Amino acid sequence: MSGDHHHEPSFIRKYVFSVDHKVIGIQYGVTALCFLFLGFCLIMMMRWQLAYPGETMPIIGNLFGEAAMPGGVMLPEFYNSLGAMHGTIMIFLGVVPLLVGAFGNYVMPLQIGAPDMAFPKLNMLSYWSYFLGGVVMLASFFVPGGAANSGWTSYPPLSDIATTGQTWWLFGMVCLITSSLLGSVNFIVTIVQLRVEGLTMFRLPFFVWAQLITSFLLLLAFPPLEAAGVLQLMDRLAGTSFFLPEGLVVSGVVQTQISGGGSPILWQHLFWFLAHPEVYVLILPAMGMVAEIISINTRKPLWGYRAMIYSTIFLGFMSFIVWAHHMFMTGMGTKISAFFATTTMIISIPSVVILTAMVISLYQGAIRFTVPMLFALAFLPMFAIGGLTGLPLGLPASDIHLHDTYYVIGHFHYVVAPGTIFAIFAGIYHWFPKITGRTLNKTLGYIHFAFSFIFINIIFMPMFWQGMAGVSRRLYDQTVYAHGDAVQSLTVISSWGAWMLGLAQIPFIINFFISIKAGKKVSDNPWEATTLEWSAPSPPPHGNFATVPVVYRGPYEYSVPGASSDYIPQHITTEA
Amino acid sequence: MSAEVLPYTVKPHPVTGLYNGKFGIWLFLASEVMLFGALFSTYIFLRIGAPETGPTAWPTGEQTHLSWKLGGLNTLILILSSVTMVMAWVQFKMDNLAKGRMYLIATAVLAIAFVAIKLKFEYMHKFHLGIKPSTSVFFAIYFTMTGLHALHIIGGVVVIAYFIGPGAKLWHENREYYTNRIECTGLYWHFVDLVWIFLFPILYLL
Repeated sequence: MSGDHHHEPSFIRKYVFSVDHKVIGIQYGVTALCFLFLGFCLIMMMRWQLAYPGETMPIIGNLFGEAAMPGGVMLPEFYNSLGAMHGTIMIFLGVVPLLVGAFGNYVMPLQIGAPDMAFPKLNMLSYWSYFLGGVVMLASFFVPGGAANSGWTSYPPLSDIATTGQTWWLFGMVCLITSSLLGSVNFIVTIVQLRVEGLTMFRLPFFVWAQLITSFLLLLAFPPLEAAGVLQLMDRLAGTSFFLPEGLVVSGVVQTQISGGGSPILWQHLFWFLAHPEVYVLILPAMGMVAEIISINTRKPLWGYRAMIYSTIFLGFMSFIVWAHHMFMTGMGTKISAFFATTTMIISIPSVVILTAMVISLYQGAIRFTVPMLFALAFLPMFAIGGLTGLPLGLPASDIHLHDTYYVIGHFHYVVAPGTIFAIFAGIYHWFPKITGRTLNKTLGYIHFAFSFIFINIIFMPMFWQGMAGVSRRLYDQTVYAHGDAVQSLTVISSWGAWMLGLAQIPFIINFFISIKAGKKVSDNPWEATTLEWSAPSPPPHGNFATVPVVYRGPYEYSVPGASSDYIPQHITTEA
Repeated sequence: MSAEVLPYTVKPHPVTGLYNGKFGIWLFLASEVMLFGALFSTYIFLRIGAPETGPTAWPTGEQTHLSWKLGGLNTLILILSSVTMVMAWVQFKMDNLAKGRMYLIATAVLAIAFVAIKLKFEYMHKFHLGIKPSTSVFFAIYFTMTGLHALHIIGGVVVIAYFIGPGAKLWHENREYYTNRIECTGLYWHFVDLVWIFLFPILYLL
């Protein structure tokens, strides 16, 4: 690993099978952005069926063949596939790889002054395992019966008897789990072992802390889903009955060829044991990015830096004992429900501490309204809406009414879409100069932000009312029910919001591609930031730092009284 | 490229006392604990949920068609292989490649013996009786857990074979680095052994 290579690495070693964390980060970023866009396209198609059920889809309706959309009208089976794959792609192939694989990989080693990740080859393997998982997921669209169609949660018994696509989904998930396992081991070892001299744990930027806790969640929460995936594969391929009870009736026929004796609830336990910590995997790195951007753009230290770290640790721990709040409807019993309702109320406290600390950080700051700062500022109220609307879902009494309705969809999309994805956009605008040496165009950035902010709220806000009206989240056509038909106009508004949001991304896409080649060149530290990644050249060369930096101070020394400039980078001994 | 020397690949970190590989393998084992933990939980969940009587009742004793003698023999084989694994590491630590290699070969042979007994005398015996994973939830969890464990054994054998063969090249370049890798392999190996120590009683004895 430490071998001395005197020749330039070949093109393939440098850009395809690279072991450099920065190249791998970019690979993750580009792949995941493509998947994010694909996942968004799937939902834009579904929104047509929801808004105008049974009508021919304009323009692209005839591209999907008779098996999926005869005459341009989406079949229910195809709708189900799109729904399941939208969730899977967005979470496992889009958002998490962006947060951890792309930003974590690229920024974290720079922020701790490391030359690379602790295990560069594992890092490469992690990306290619993710890539393979993505290919398997995409290929599953073309198998008989189409892609997985049992929802992203893959609840049995339905998923046990579903079409072949579900088997592909499970194999794809195994690849993705392997990828995140390799990644998380790598992240933890890197953060603990490879920090440069002087960079103690409490001098780490909050982003690095967020990545550390996230890695622990990935490390410990994903294996149970892997176990569950193996069990479901056994059910589907070897005919076992882990998730199938005795006397199961499918389409009016009692299933006699199965042994029975299993329980669908078992899957739910194993699945949510992963999927609740996964929620924090989706939000913690986003909070980390927002914290960095807020501190830099308010020219103030983060308020309550230590409280935020302790909250993050506590949150990581608690996230392992709240999973059954997704299962109040399964009849677990009131005692167990009460336990999980209590832990759920407790876990909201550290989230509120972190959010409050970030809001207080704004107070009396000299705020620079840059594009990344606007996205970061929007994150705060959007995440707050997402978080607060979660409380009624964490209490059994109110959950009984809201469970599995559009209210749930509205709730977690506020967390993940205008929350996490806005943080991702903030991160892209913020670190783009470090990655390319050029900055994204400001005007296009403001347009992108303004329209995205408006339309994303138009999509998700109506869902709360729809949900409270009782519309189920998985309906193919809600107008067949009187209570659904009554709020159909809200669905139409949502759908138009989604398509407009799609249009609002055009300035970003144009900006992104043009700025790579023709963006305005900027210095190594355009935001006048203190953390180590800004002391490296833009883009950083192989090995990152010309000389290994030494750290003398905390990560957020902005506007220090008496200092000559309003920021003191971490590697500066005395302010000059 | 010479700037790209990662710290602590061989020497331990002064604070954690671990070199990167050892830290990594401990974390990996933590995730393995969660993987097998989920399966053990599944076992408990299914067993508690099984009715007292009827076709889906939990089988015990004779009904399981499992021989505690074969299981016990395999337990002994695995424990012995853990001992030879440690001995291999000790020999490498004492700078003795030939002896260390011999112990590695012994470990691999014992591991293959374990898998052979498992397949030939246990799985095949079940198949002859017409017992498959789909026969009942008990056999489903039996085949899944022991199968996944056997895959871990086979994976371990592949790694050990690598260090007996092509991987030994590293010994001549950097002895400490090579010995460290054997230590990591050993940690993994003891873990796989430990999983069996739990599997044996819950499947064969209880």
